[in-house]
Amino acid sequence: MIEYWPLLGIALVVLGFALRFNPLLVVAVAAIATGLLAHMPFLNVLGVLGHGFNENRTVTLIYIVLPVIGLLERYGLQQQARALIGRMRGATVGRVLVLYLGFRQIFAALGLTSVAGQAQTVRPLVVPMALAAAEKEHGELDEDTAEHVKAMSAATDNVGLFFGEDIFIAISSILLIQGALKAYGIELTPFELSVWAIPSAICAFLIQATRLFLLDRWLRKRAR
Amino acid sequence: MIDIHWVYAFSGFVFASFAVASVRDTANPNRWGNAAFWALLAVSFWFGDLLGDVGNGVLVLALVALAGVHALGRSAGESTSNEERQSFSERFGNKLFLPALIIPFTAFLGTLLFTYTPLKDSGWIDAKSVTLVLLGAGVIIALVVCYLWIRPPVMSSVDEGGRLANAIGWALVLPQMLAALGAVFAAAGIGTTIGALAGEIIPHGSVFLAVLLYGLGMVIFTMIMGNAFAAFPVMVAAIGVPILIHEDGGRAAVIGAVGMLTGYCGTLMTPMAANFNIVPAALLELRNQYGVVKVQIATAIPLLACNIAILYVAGFKL
Repeated sequence: MIEYWPLLGIALVVLGFALRFNPLLVVAVAAIATGLLAHMPFLNVLGVLGHGFNENRTVTLIYIVLPVIGLLERYGLQQQARALIGRMRGATVGRVLVLYLGFRQIFAALGLTSVAGQAQTVRPLVVPMALAAAEKEHGELDEDTAEHVKAMSAATDNVGLFFGEDIFIAISSILLIQGALKAYGIELTPFELSVWAIPSAICAFLIQATRLFLLDRWLRKRAR
Repeated sequence: MIDIHWVYAFSGFVFASFAVASVRDTANPNRWGNAAFWALLAVSFWFGDLLGDVGNGVLVLALVALAGVHALGRSAGESTSNEERQSFSERFGNKLFLPALIIPFTAFLGTLLFTYTPLKDSGWIDAKSVTLVLLGAGVIIALVVCYLWIRPPVMSSVDEGGRLANAIGWALVLPQMLAALGAVFAAAGIGTTIGALAGEIIPHGSVFLAVLLYGLGMVIFTMIMGNAFAAFPVMVAAIGVPILIHEDGGRAAVIGAVGMLTGYCGTLMTPMAANFNIVPAALLELRNQYGVVKVQIATAIPLLACNIAILYVAGFKL
């Protein structure tokens, strides 16, 4: 007999996010409710939650770069990134971001996933460059347009990372796929798996690049 | 041997420095709330392994309570004005990029050295955590270079790190909280239940419909869990292996690799993948906290269609 009641925990998460309660609160309430509905004693649920939190500290670890980024911003890093793009002829938002997308995918495919990222490169370098390119072509940006350019910069980093990393044979997701299939007696080498990440990587590049060039066109239209 | 615990210890110092910066920031009316939040996180990094599971659970509840009662505030102040930054940027020029590039460069060179040269066997760095150890090393080197070259006020890296951390606020620990939620979901058997549900609605006989359901199942379950890694074993058990590989004779490497990538389309569309979708919105100071997810949907949906087509064609027709 399968228990369906714990699934209410998922509903709580969706509802809590939709009603815009504080997400940390939503997640904690959902975790405890799910555990209790699965007939786990409260202290047991708290222990699983605490253990899971402690074991996943590496997820938060990336923010140790903030002091370096903050210090450089204080001395004009973003302004310099803008100035660099401002001097370049023919730089558009689309071109800047497509170039970044390509580099991000290639580096991720070589296993170098943490050389770039939202905190390391997007905030201090990519966003100022994208905004400078947009301003150069279209003058002062209104707030909505600036927000859209920033969001597209963050999205470009995510797309490049997700659809590049699986081409690398020693990345954790490839090892996970290998392990999951091995449990059913299906033996595959990491290489056999990673080559099949290439078609999706090409599709991801083409789709995101198309959207970025369309963004250029949309900005040009609005400037007129 | 340098292992992950060294990096945890260093990270504890960084989070403690965010707490110090918060206390120093008198422009923030809630500065003590911010300071308590970062101090708790420093405790977690330093002493997490000594607290026990329930102790860590209590620490999590304390973090949640601080965020839940809105005890965290934001500073209005910036340390230097835009004009000052402009003049600094003219003074330091393109050399400003160098310290910023030290972190990725250390990761790049270090990964190469410790993966492809005899250094790999030197035992200096724990092979499981090479990347994170190098990240920590890169941060330290970059800080030293900044202090030697720019000669900023002593406390400036503390204050500036704290400024950015407080701009992100509680969202900074959301990804880790969601990972902990995943652990509770696993303990409560959510994966098995969803797998059983998916198994019940599977159409036998139509390969394309089975592929479609496998792909959509990956996307939906990834969106719920915020992580394709959690969805993958469940969908492989429910549909991938029994139906697509065994019954329909699909190519296993494609079902595995492209199945996972189909899940990534879900990652692009969910606030549950907070480190990719919610934290950047805070980090880039977007007004809409779902701003990044919103622009990603138009990439994710055509990409999902491509992935399902690749699954079908490369898995069964080639």
